[in-house]
Amino acid sequence: MVEVKEKLSYEPKDLGGSLWSDGWVRLKKNKLAITSLFVLGFLCITAVLTPIIAPYGYEEQNLLLGAVPPSSDHWLGTDVFGRDMLTRIMYGSRISLAVGFIASGVALCIGVLWGSLAGYSGGRIDAFMMRVVDILYALPFMIFIILLMVIFGRNLLLLFLAIGAVEWLTMARIVRGQVLTIKQQDFIEAATSLGLSHWTIVRRHIIPNTLSPVIVYTTLTIPSVMLLEAFLSFLGLGIQPPQSSWGLLISYGVETMEEYPWLIFFPGLFLSITLFSLNFLGDGLRDALDPRASKD
Amino acid sequence: MFYFALRRLIQSIPVLIIVITATFFLVRAAPGGPFSAEKNVPPEVVKALEAQYKLDQPIWQQYTSYINDLIHGQFGPSFRYPGRTVNELIEAGLPVTAELALYAMLLAVLIGVSSGVYAGLRPNSIHDYLPMSLSMIGICVPSFLMGPLMVLFFGIYMEWLPISGWGSTPGDKILPTITLGLGYAAFISRLSRGGILEVMSKDYIRTARAKGLPARVIVFKHALRGGLIPVVAFLGPAFAGLLSGSFVVETIFQIPGLGRFYVQAAFNRDYTMILGTTIFFSTLIIMFNLLSDIVSVWLDPKLRDQYRHNK
Amino acid sequence: MNNLIKSWTWLLGLILITFLSIAGCTKGQSNVEQGNIEGILHWGNGTDPQELDPHVVTGVPEHHILSALLEGLVAKDPKTLQPIPAVAEEWSISADKKTYIFKIRKYALWSNGDSLTAHDFVWSWWRALQPKLGNQYAYMLFAIENAESFARGEITDFSRVGVKALSADLLEVKLSNPTPYFLQLLDHYSMFPVHKKTIEKFGKAHERGTLWTRPGNFVGNGPFVLKEWHLFRSIIVEKNLNYWDLKKVSLNGIKFHPIENVTTEERMFRMGQLHKTASVPIDKVKIYQKNNSNLIKIHPYLGTYFYRFNTKIPHLNDKRVRKALAMSINRQQLTDKVTKGGETPAFTFTPPDTFGYSARAAFEFNPKMARDLMREAGYPDGKGFPVTELLYNTSEGHRKIAVAIQQMWKKNLGINVTLSNQDWKVYLDSVNNGSYAIARAGWIGDYVDPNTFLNMWVTDGGNNRTGWSDLYYDDLISKQAPISLNKLDRYTIMAKAEAVLLESMPIIPIYIYNSKSLVHPSVKGMEPNILNYVLYKNIRLDSTLIEKEVD
Repeated sequence: MVEVKEKLSYEPKDLGGSLWSDGWVRLKKNKLAITSLFVLGFLCITAVLTPIIAPYGYEEQNLLLGAVPPSSDHWLGTDVFGRDMLTRIMYGSRISLAVGFIASGVALCIGVLWGSLAGYSGGRIDAFMMRVVDILYALPFMIFIILLMVIFGRNLLLLFLAIGAVEWLTMARIVRGQVLTIKQQDFIEAATSLGLSHWTIVRRHIIPNTLSPVIVYTTLTIPSVMLLEAFLSFLGLGIQPPQSSWGLLISYGVETMEEYPWLIFFPGLFLSITLFSLNFLGDGLRDALDPRASKD
Repeated sequence: MFYFALRRLIQSIPVLIIVITATFFLVRAAPGGPFSAEKNVPPEVVKALEAQYKLDQPIWQQYTSYINDLIHGQFGPSFRYPGRTVNELIEAGLPVTAELALYAMLLAVLIGVSSGVYAGLRPNSIHDYLPMSLSMIGICVPSFLMGPLMVLFFGIYMEWLPISGWGSTPGDKILPTITLGLGYAAFISRLSRGGILEVMSKDYIRTARAKGLPARVIVFKHALRGGLIPVVAFLGPAFAGLLSGSFVVETIFQIPGLGRFYVQAAFNRDYTMILGTTIFFSTLIIMFNLLSDIVSVWLDPKLRDQYRHNK
Repeated sequence: MNNLIKSWTWLLGLILITFLSIAGCTKGQSNVEQGNIEGILHWGNGTDPQELDPHVVTGVPEHHILSALLEGLVAKDPKTLQPIPAVAEEWSISADKKTYIFKIRKYALWSNGDSLTAHDFVWSWWRALQPKLGNQYAYMLFAIENAESFARGEITDFSRVGVKALSADLLEVKLSNPTPYFLQLLDHYSMFPVHKKTIEKFGKAHERGTLWTRPGNFVGNGPFVLKEWHLFRSIIVEKNLNYWDLKKVSLNGIKFHPIENVTTEERMFRMGQLHKTASVPIDKVKIYQKNNSNLIKIHPYLGTYFYRFNTKIPHLNDKRVRKALAMSINRQQLTDKVTKGGETPAFTFTPPDTFGYSARAAFEFNPKMARDLMREAGYPDGKGFPVTELLYNTSEGHRKIAVAIQQMWKKNLGINVTLSNQDWKVYLDSVNNGSYAIARAGWIGDYVDPNTFLNMWVTDGGNNRTGWSDLYYDDLISKQAPISLNKLDRYTIMAKAEAVLLESMPIIPIYIYNSKSLVHPSVKGMEPNILNYVLYKNIRLDSTLIEKEVD
């Protein structure tokens, strides 16, 4: 009894905190990651506030002006219709970021559910579920997405679903692996013997413990999703006008690259910066949350 | 080992069948038919065309006769190019795309592995930060941005390199290869670095060093084999990525390859061409994934054991 | 470890040097320079040709190649577009203008040495009209008596069709009506002769896509023969030594480059890889006109860019609405700022001065009058006007125009129009099925005569697709004009019809097409004309004019 009391006096303050507070401390030290976080935060806030703060209307043309390089009236120049590029890039960010976050979210939900159910169930169910993942993994998804886009028209919803449907596979594998490790831990055995239902165990104990690799992987999925959308839009198979994403803006810019280089430079710059930030943040999170791994 | 490979091969067959069937019906579901034209096509002409291409038969019959042809290796006539079969078109475009993908893969592996190992051998120094930052650029600047920028700089301003075609002017293969391969080089570079770092901290390397073996032997004979496993595992998906990346690169550089044909066929509703190319690509990707799986299991003793014990 | 790193640095250096040296080596001789010396013309040909069978193809790129490989009875003078002798050295026309007799040249040969006779034409036109072949341009022969019935399968005895070989060198053609533009039709590839023995060697006459069109098999009667056909890369033709007018042919060969992307094509021209391009990117037009005006050739093209109305839709059924929409488009601004190619704004459907025919402009850009009309129709300031969709096929050019016009309608009339774009095939289906409200369209004349523009709009005409019908118009175009023997009378009848058309406005003419291309100064003998017609035997390459920089 006495020993226990003494032990209790050594409260967590000295012994270090949870994974999260530790992680946060480590992340803060990574200057690059923190900068990326701020940049992303800024871009997201701007995207949300765009309809309010954009300097010009979205489709506001000025045919007499045509395409002009950056000036005090138009900070990032105008396109061949005289439309302000800053405004178009801001509206483009809404689409690009939305596709990134939403499609990744779709991938996240499906992947986590699938992976944790498979890992927790074990045995035949696990084998079957992972077989499905293997089979789907082998399909040439890019080709199918293109086919779907061409056949069913290019609408935004379909794009989200199609991209999300491609990205959930690796998430499922990672989660399953993680779940397999967690399953063997003592506290799970304790919970089972306490009589908690399987679903409660999965929901309350397993999934929260898979969060750290999931967060890391999601942060790295978003840029690859954004890239995928930009790639499709560039080929003319993604977002269609009048909506525009950064990928679409880049494809327009390529056509008139020589005469009006700013039309490709600025959308390209914003896309690259966003991708950089997401990747650095993801790397930083991985270093911060995974005590074992060295960089990469 | 052999049984493992055989099992995986057999498992690929249902995948292929799903791909073929799904594509066949998806394509038929698309709006816009292959014979729609701007100047009015009289109904008799449309009927004659449909008969020639067997489009007037019930769809199940079309499906079975297609599968039958497929077994004999015939992909059918192209809708858009009446004189040509899809086999011919694939034959025309395949060597180009294959060469492009091969060169890009070589570039990616050479630059990726060498720079990644280079960085991994001296972690947290300038030899590490520089290549890793450059590789980050390679990952974050997509090929459809990198390509046009290189065209602008090397092709138009400096006039050093040709900017279109493949094999028509000397040196016209350089820019497309770099555009396609650079992104993968960057990724492979990071993978190799990670792999080498992990391997170098292992005990058997420490033993080798304690034995006094020269650096060259340690790296090439012992470290590389273990360190490159993640790279080999990546090669399968990388190949699939290269094939799809070729769509964009071939469009930018006007290369007469299979990737560009595929995108055009989709737009033109050339049913047989779409089907043929999809099946062809899928088969390649499945085979390559299979190969990369087999090789990584062979290389990694841990995985080998795992499979041996799982029957 | 340091040694390892040193050796890697060496390797990197080596790679860099190799790269730079290859870069240096690419400045070889350009296509243009070499072509001028060898007499090979490098021609930018747009989309890759589908086939080289004249009874199966439908496009302009194929037309350029077929005009080199085959020749019809009659050709055109590149400057005036008047008919000149080709395979036929002379012809006579009956007094009622319905019977033509052509005398085939004695020394007209096929490229394999066979004699070309009137029988070849009879057989070729029989093949072109074969219903089983599915020739989308069979209608070019419908001027001939009973040709249409034969093509529809209504009659199966070809001897009832109005073409007959009176002897080996005399061909008689009987028409259903006096057709003043008939001689022009003879120069279209669907009326070119094809070599019977070759076709039958590789399959049946009505079989599509047999091997007869491959290099080595193709037998034609034009100034060039098919030498090489590299799918998606190039098609090379070389001089036909059996061509009857060989002395006049200066070129030794032509290389057709299929380049779809206009930006790439312009860059290739600048690098000296092409003598002539198929088009010019819009944003480059003004630059060339300013700095290199001798390189860019722009002239009117026989075609109209227009919008179709689906008149079955209630609010578009009112011709006041349609006229208001037509009158509130500032075409001058459109062609100056958006299309930038110097196109002519169109206020009639048939391009002005089509072989002397000019319809009267029936309206003008008048936003005020347009607003009045809208008010009359029940939509003052656009209030109550249902949101309407404007459809166009996916293309940056069409989109730019649509966006501009959408804004003009909003500004001038206060109405809301949404834009929708579909891929080419889907778009065609939508228009054919009437699933559209307003759709963008273009029409290129098949021959120089107002009929090719006006006979589209007859009731239920295959190319009408607007649901518009006017019996008086039908009477003028289908009954009165075809039987008229006097050119002036005929034009007057057709002008009356066009006035009827423009008064109802089921379509909005927007601008007359322009043909734009870049041509290297060493190319001599090309004349601008409204059909973009080129007579290859007139072209020569002046090798003394080798220019290094075309910048």
